[in-house]
Amino acid sequence: MARIETPADLEQYRLQLREKFGKYQYAVSVCGGTGCRAYDCINVFETLREIIDKKDMSHTVNLRLTGCQGFCEMGPLMFIHKNGIFYVRISPEAVERIVESSILGDEVVEELLYKSPADGRRIVHQQEIPFYNKQRRFLLAMNRDIDPLNIDDYIAKGGYGSLAWALFESSSEEIIDIIERAGLRGRGGAGFPTGRKWRIARQAPSPDGIKYVICNADEGDPGAYMDRSLLEGNPHQVIEGMTIGAYAIGASEGYVYVRHEYPLAVHHLLEALDQAREKGLLGKNILGSGLDFDIKVSVGGGAFVCGEETGLIASIEGKRGMPRPRPPYPANYGLWGRPTNINNVETWQNVPLILQMGADEYAKIGTEKSKGTKIFSLVGKINNTGLVEVPMGITLREIVYEIGGGIPRGKAFKAVQTGGPSGGCIPAHLLDIPVDFERLQEVGSMMGSGGMIVMDENTCMVDIARYFMEFLTHESCGKCVPCRLGTKRMLEILTKICDGQGTNENLEALESLAADIKASSLCALGGTSPNPVLTTLRYFRDEYEEHIVNKRCPAGICQALITLRIDPDTCTGCGACLKICPVEAISGEKKQPHSIDPEVCIRCKLCISRCPKEAIYTE
Amino acid sequence: MNGETGPLLSAIRKHGLGRSNLIPILHEIQKEYRYLPEEELRNVAKIMDIPLVDVYGVATFFTSFSLEPKGKHQVTMCMGTACHVRRSESVLAAAKRYLGIEPGQTTEDMLFTLETVNCLGACAMGPIVVIDGKYHGQVTPARVTKLLQDVADAERIPEHAEDRVAAIP
Repeated sequence: MARIETPADLEQYRLQLREKFGKYQYAVSVCGGTGCRAYDCINVFETLREIIDKKDMSHTVNLRLTGCQGFCEMGPLMFIHKNGIFYVRISPEAVERIVESSILGDEVVEELLYKSPADGRRIVHQQEIPFYNKQRRFLLAMNRDIDPLNIDDYIAKGGYGSLAWALFESSSEEIIDIIERAGLRGRGGAGFPTGRKWRIARQAPSPDGIKYVICNADEGDPGAYMDRSLLEGNPHQVIEGMTIGAYAIGASEGYVYVRHEYPLAVHHLLEALDQAREKGLLGKNILGSGLDFDIKVSVGGGAFVCGEETGLIASIEGKRGMPRPRPPYPANYGLWGRPTNINNVETWQNVPLILQMGADEYAKIGTEKSKGTKIFSLVGKINNTGLVEVPMGITLREIVYEIGGGIPRGKAFKAVQTGGPSGGCIPAHLLDIPVDFERLQEVGSMMGSGGMIVMDENTCMVDIARYFMEFLTHESCGKCVPCRLGTKRMLEILTKICDGQGTNENLEALESLAADIKASSLCALGGTSPNPVLTTLRYFRDEYEEHIVNKRCPAGICQALITLRIDPDTCTGCGACLKICPVEAISGEKKQPHSIDPEVCIRCKLCISRCPKEAIYTE
Repeated sequence: MNGETGPLLSAIRKHGLGRSNLIPILHEIQKEYRYLPEEELRNVAKIMDIPLVDVYGVATFFTSFSLEPKGKHQVTMCMGTACHVRRSESVLAAAKRYLGIEPGQTTEDMLFTLETVNCLGACAMGPIVVIDGKYHGQVTPARVTKLLQDVADAERIPEHAEDRVAAIP
């Protein structure tokens, strides 16, 4: 069927698709997210396809290269639908065995199963793996089951059903009511109630009747990649969400503003838009409802500040992406001066879900003021790196220890950083707080877009504060003085402390600068820029004092304050460090313990990464 | 580098003349030359009827645009937070030392351009270095040195091979 003209057509088409897919005997999903691609999953997928073709089974096996399935640490991943077997770290060589044993047969290839680091047990099914079983994957679940480049997969799973319901069974006002009652809040960071935002844009007058909706996919927080995965893995749900939003607000045009660093997401999105247009689910007279709405893609240029609404709008208009003072807010005066509603990728994806579940059911997930689930990218010093979707209100401890499997190599947990450069570092004694918008703010951090970076005892908190400040200094657009100069001054002070040149007055200067920058910056980038410094000062002041008073970096990170040494008992005298040292600071006879001359050593740590015995340490 | 027939016109044909198409058009030009040549920026200003200062402003505001020619091999270090806590700083230091340049610079022989990026969103693999589009995960200072060495060696071998071929009568 080419164009779908009515909701009844859509339902009929859906039934046809289900019948068609039902004829396959097997369905196999190989994860094709950016993480798994880096582990060569394409080769795994191609090998699998060749084998299937050779066995003349392409009509019995429905093979899918999907979006990110979340468990990036273990890629490439494969899921076999009929028996639920889940394989990790697959090499192309292993594919033949998988086909024979687990696709044609019902046998399990033991050594390709996930191995629990706790007890060495092999786990057959995805749902039994601790990483997955604590999650509630309302949004991410679909990533495993659909081919993002095939609209039929999405439609067969019920896709565009919420849109049809909205257009034909509901009014714009009702849709906004539902979103409000569901309690959906913006997933981009600030947590503004989505329904209220929509209502303001709906009520705002437009000089010529034109209004816009925008999807903010300028996911700039380092360490956060949930939006990328949603766009890559399930672009149609974003399109459906935006179309429902456009109907509710009265917008006729939409934009997705996406980072140029995400080429795969752009590709999948453009393809999805074409397919949706072809099916009559986007463009003129959608589903025969009379609604005209289309979406354009705008690719960014690598500026963090463009995640800010007014900076983003300037960038779409073809200008430098500098924020402007608000009010007027984009809801009243946005893109080309028209009322504009901007939501983040994850927020848009929640919209079809809410209509499908109903506001009351949706509102049962989460806490009193934070509803639904939130996707976090759990990264850094953590055993199970990946994307996790959890109900709001879960504790940080559950995320870090149960889903994340704790800290590698038995190291001690030090902090978890949330909210990106605008957020803060949360220490161990606060691990039991529930994750919601309010609680994270109370402890000095914020929800942010969902980056969750775990730090262990070998992470220096002063260095982390310096790292974020360096990032923000670089990303400050320079328009307002407090941010442009303030972040620079703070960075200078932090660099001095890391170099062992800090004084006690520096800490007061940091605090007073922080207060000024917070109070007087033009946009949220500046306004929240002191947060990483303030939270590390609040929870890890002793580390700052060690740097200043005792000229020591307890974590062994700050170059000026450490000495590299070789443990003579562990060193086997293999000479690897001696050969790689760029300044010839290492000496020693073959097969005898070596030593480092601290006067010559530039503390580049090349030797540490080279040593096969981990005999080199810092102090 | 002719604005009348080169990538600029095909980019304009694809995207249109409006101001909002400036950034996509600059992306296309950069894709062609691997940087934004001054002459092309002047052509953009003229053809799109945008003041040159605005074109220059946009071209220098976004980090993905470069006004300097880039080297044959592109080395990109991820400096995201996840990579940072896994010591990407010392990996970058090793790359800087090996190439003798700072991020944003190109080696004199035009072989390597070293750049940093805020986050590639492949945090499970951190620290990450991307060399000519290929992702290398869990990179150490020693390994990045080796990877760069391999690229440099591969550059030298064909030269020698050509010499040998040329020497055969």
